[in-house]
Amino acid sequence: MSTPEPLSAPDVRPARLAAELYPQHFADAAPRYSRGQALVEAERCLYCFDAPCTTACPTGIDVPSFIRRIADDNLRGAAKTILEANPLGGTCARVCPTEVLCEQACVRTTQQGKPVEIGRLQRYAVDAVMDRPIATLLSRAAPTGQRVAVVGAGPAGLACALGLARLGHAVVLHDAQTKGGGLNEYGLAAYKVADDFARREIDWLLGLGGITLKTGWRLEDAAQLQALRRDHAAVYLAVGLATTQGLGVPGEHLAGVRDAVDFIAELRQAADPAALQHLPIGRRVVVIGGGMTAVDAAVQSKLLGAESVHMVYRRGPATMGASRAEQDWAQTHGITIHHWLVPEAILPGSGDAADHAVAVRFARQALVGGRLQPTGLHETLAADMVFKAIGQKLDTALLTDFGLTLQDGRIVADDDGRTGVPGLYAGGDCRLGGRDLTVEAVEDGKRAALAIHAAIHNP
Amino acid sequence: MADLSNTFAGIRSPNPFWLASAPPTDKAYNVHRAFEAGWGGVVWKTLGEDGPPIVNVNGPRYGALLTPDRKLLGFNNIELITDRPLQLNLQEIAEVKRAWPERALVVSLMVPCTEAAWKAILTMVEDTGCDGVELNFGCPHGMSERGMGAAVGQVPEYIQMVTAWCKHYSRLPVIVKLTPNITDIRMPAAAAKRGGADAVSLINTINSIMGVDPLTLTMSPATGGMGSHGGYCGPAVKPIALNMVAEIGRAAETAGLPISGIGGIGSWRDALDYIALGAGNVQVCTAAMVYGFKIVQEMSDGLTNYMDQMGFKTIADFRGRALPTVTDWQYLNLNAVSKAQIDQASCIQCGRCHIACEDTSHQAITAVKDGQRHFEVMDDECVGCNLCVTACPVPECITLRTLAPGELDPRTGQVVSAAAANWTTHPNNPMRKTEPA
Repeated sequence: MSTPEPLSAPDVRPARLAAELYPQHFADAAPRYSRGQALVEAERCLYCFDAPCTTACPTGIDVPSFIRRIADDNLRGAAKTILEANPLGGTCARVCPTEVLCEQACVRTTQQGKPVEIGRLQRYAVDAVMDRPIATLLSRAAPTGQRVAVVGAGPAGLACALGLARLGHAVVLHDAQTKGGGLNEYGLAAYKVADDFARREIDWLLGLGGITLKTGWRLEDAAQLQALRRDHAAVYLAVGLATTQGLGVPGEHLAGVRDAVDFIAELRQAADPAALQHLPIGRRVVVIGGGMTAVDAAVQSKLLGAESVHMVYRRGPATMGASRAEQDWAQTHGITIHHWLVPEAILPGSGDAADHAVAVRFARQALVGGRLQPTGLHETLAADMVFKAIGQKLDTALLTDFGLTLQDGRIVADDDGRTGVPGLYAGGDCRLGGRDLTVEAVEDGKRAALAIHAAIHNP
Repeated sequence: MADLSNTFAGIRSPNPFWLASAPPTDKAYNVHRAFEAGWGGVVWKTLGEDGPPIVNVNGPRYGALLTPDRKLLGFNNIELITDRPLQLNLQEIAEVKRAWPERALVVSLMVPCTEAAWKAILTMVEDTGCDGVELNFGCPHGMSERGMGAAVGQVPEYIQMVTAWCKHYSRLPVIVKLTPNITDIRMPAAAAKRGGADAVSLINTINSIMGVDPLTLTMSPATGGMGSHGGYCGPAVKPIALNMVAEIGRAAETAGLPISGIGGIGSWRDALDYIALGAGNVQVCTAAMVYGFKIVQEMSDGLTNYMDQMGFKTIADFRGRALPTVTDWQYLNLNAVSKAQIDQASCIQCGRCHIACEDTSHQAITAVKDGQRHFEVMDDECVGCNLCVTACPVPECITLRTLAPGELDPRTGQVVSAAAANWTTHPNNPMRKTEPA
C-alpha cells in the first residue's frame, strides 16, 4: 500500500456490470420471513418477565407481547403493539443496530449465543399491515382545535407529528425536500429499505389523518421560526443535521470527490434498481469515514461495480460509528477497512485529469497516551472516486438568533424536547445527546408529542 | 452387552419394541419393512369378521397437535379396522410369520359380541401360525357405534365373557387391549384377568376433538363439512397411560398380570418409563407414523446403552422397579421438605421462575436484589412446589434440594425430622390413626 500503483487517468463510468445484476445487487438485504420461519423463530422467545429486550429498546416496544401475537397468528395485534410504541417500527426493524439493542439484551444471547431475531420478527409483523393497511389500527382522539408545527419530516418529526395527531391536534409537517421521510427516504442504503418501503411507510402514517405535509419548505431565517411560533400552539424542531462536514484538506473540491450522503440519496432516488446501471462509479473508490453512512456508500459502490473499495477511518475499530454488524456486512462485500489513517490531501491527476481526483494521501496516526499522534508514516490510495462520510452538522446561526442554546453544534433540550424557549421543542439528531439512531429519534418525537400535549392542556 | 430379548405372555421376541395394531401393520408390505428395520414384534392391524369390507372416510383420517416448528405432541385418527379382505390378511400373516419366525406376530381382532363370531375368527387366525391374539376392546370411534371396540371395553362383564370365549376356542396367548375411556382402569383389567387373559395392553386411544377451523367455524379436521370424535394418542397421552399401567400393577387383583405398555412411546426413555412401572414390553404407533420404522434402531440402541451403564443384563432386571415408589397421596412423607435453588451461573435472567411464582404460586422468588435484576429463591416462602423448575427454560438451572434431617425449614421455623409422618396420623386429619398406615 505504501507503494501505490502509478496514478493513472480516472476511470469513472456507469454500467460496469451486466444490466440484470443491478436488481439482484440492490434487492432486500434481509428478505422477509415466511410464516413458517416466523413461527419457529417466535417460538424461541421465552416471554421473559420485565423483558430485557423491551428495556433495551429506546422506544420500549413490548417485544415478548408482539412476538407472542405473531406466534398466535395475530399479526394485526403484533403490528399494533409495535406501532403504538414506535410508529416507524417498519424502518427500525430494518435499520436498528439490534445487536447492540434488543437482541444484545435477549436472554437467548446469554443462553445460546444466538438471540431471538427480534428485528426480523418485527419486520414480519409490520410488513403484514403495511401490505394491507388498516386505517383504524391506531386510534385518534377527537380534534382539539390546536395546531402544532413540526419542522423536519424525518423519523423524529414524523413520530412527533403522529403522536400529536393521535392526541387530536392538527399538525403541519414542514420539510425542505420534495418528499417527506428525511434520512429514511434519502439517507439509507437502497437494499435496507427495498421496494420503496420508506414511502409506503410515510403514506401509511399520513393516511392516519391529522397531519398536513408541506414539502419544499426550508427553514432559512429566524423570522420563519417566529411566524411558526406565532401561528401554532407549539413548534417542534427535528431538522436533523443538514450540512456535511468538510475534510479541510487540499483537493477536496476536485471532480470525483463527493459527499457520501448525496451519493446515497441519488441511489435512493433512482426510479428502480434497474436504473442504477446508469449511475457512474469509479473503478477504485475510497470512502473516508467510519460510520453507517460510510458503510452504506462503500457497499453500494461495490454493488455498482467498483473493483476496489477502501473505507478509511482515522481512529481504531473501537470508536467506529458503524456497528459490528455493519462492519461485517462491509467486509463480506469485499470492502477493505483501514484504521488510523487521516486524510492529508486528495491528489489530482495530470493532463486531462488535472482537475480530477486520482488518489488520496493519508497520514498514519497512533494513539499515544490517549491522544492521536502522527507517526510520520504516509499511505496513498489510488481513487477514481472519493466519498466523504465524516459526519454532518447543524446550521446553527438562525437557531442561536432565536435564543436556543447550542452545545457541540447541537440544540440543548431535555429528554422531552423542551429547549428552554417557551413553545419550542427539539429532538432527533439536531438535539444534543444520543447515538444518532433512527429509533432514538422516534422516541424523541414520541416524548415531545406528549410534552407538547401536556403543555397545551396545562399551560 | 445387555440382552434385549424378551418373552411377553409366552411370546418371544428379540427386543421389547412391538408395533401396535394400527395403519403401520395393515399389510405384508409394511410389516416386512418393519421387521427389516428391526422391530421385535408386530400386532397386525385389527381384523373383523368375514364379509363386505370395512369402508373408511375419503377425507382426512388424521389430525395432530403440533408445536410451532411442527413437532408432533398429540395425534388423532378416525380410521377404522382393516378395510382389506379377511382372506388376504390371513394369507399375508401366514406368509410374514414364515419369513420372520423369530419375530413376534400377534393378530388384533374385533368381531361382534357373539360366541359364534369369535369362534369362527379364532379358528382361521390360529391357522396362520401367528403367536397370539390381541382383543381390540379399545377403538373409540366408528366401530364402537356398532357395539364393538370401546363399547365392549367399557363393560367389564363383556370383557370377561369374550376373553373366556377366546381362551376356550384357542390355544393362543390372549392379550386384551383396554380402552382408557372409562373411569377406573382396574375394573376392565380385572375383568380380563377373570376371563383368563394372558395379558392386557394399554392404552388404546382417548376420545378427542382436535379443534375448530377459525374461518369456517367447523370442527377440524372435517370431511364433507362435518367431523366426528377421533382417538387421541402420541406423546401427550403418555402420562395418562403410565398412570393406568401403574394402577393395574398396584391393584391386588391384577398385580402381576403382564402388561404391554402403549401410548406416546417414541424413545428408549419412554419405553423405560413403562417397563420400570411394570410393563413387560411396549407397543409403538405414532412415532413410527411420523418418522418411519427406522426409529426402532435408536430406541434399541438407547435402551441397550442405558442397561449397560446401569449394569442390567436383561429387561427383567429393571422391570417394575419403580412400581413400589408409586403410592397414594395419604402415604407421602409430610416431613420431607424441599426447596428450590437457582444456579446463578447458568441462570439467563429470563425471570419466568419469578413471574410464575409471583403470579400463581407462593411469591418465593426475587426479581431484584440490590437494585439489580436477580432471581433467587426465598427459602422462608418456598414450599418446594416445583413450578419454577418446570417454568425454567434452562435444563438443570433450577433444582429442588431436599433438606437433611436436622436442618431448619425457614418457612415453618421447624427443624426437619428424620422420622417420616404421613396424613394418616396427621393432627389435622379428623380420621387420623395413632399408628401410621
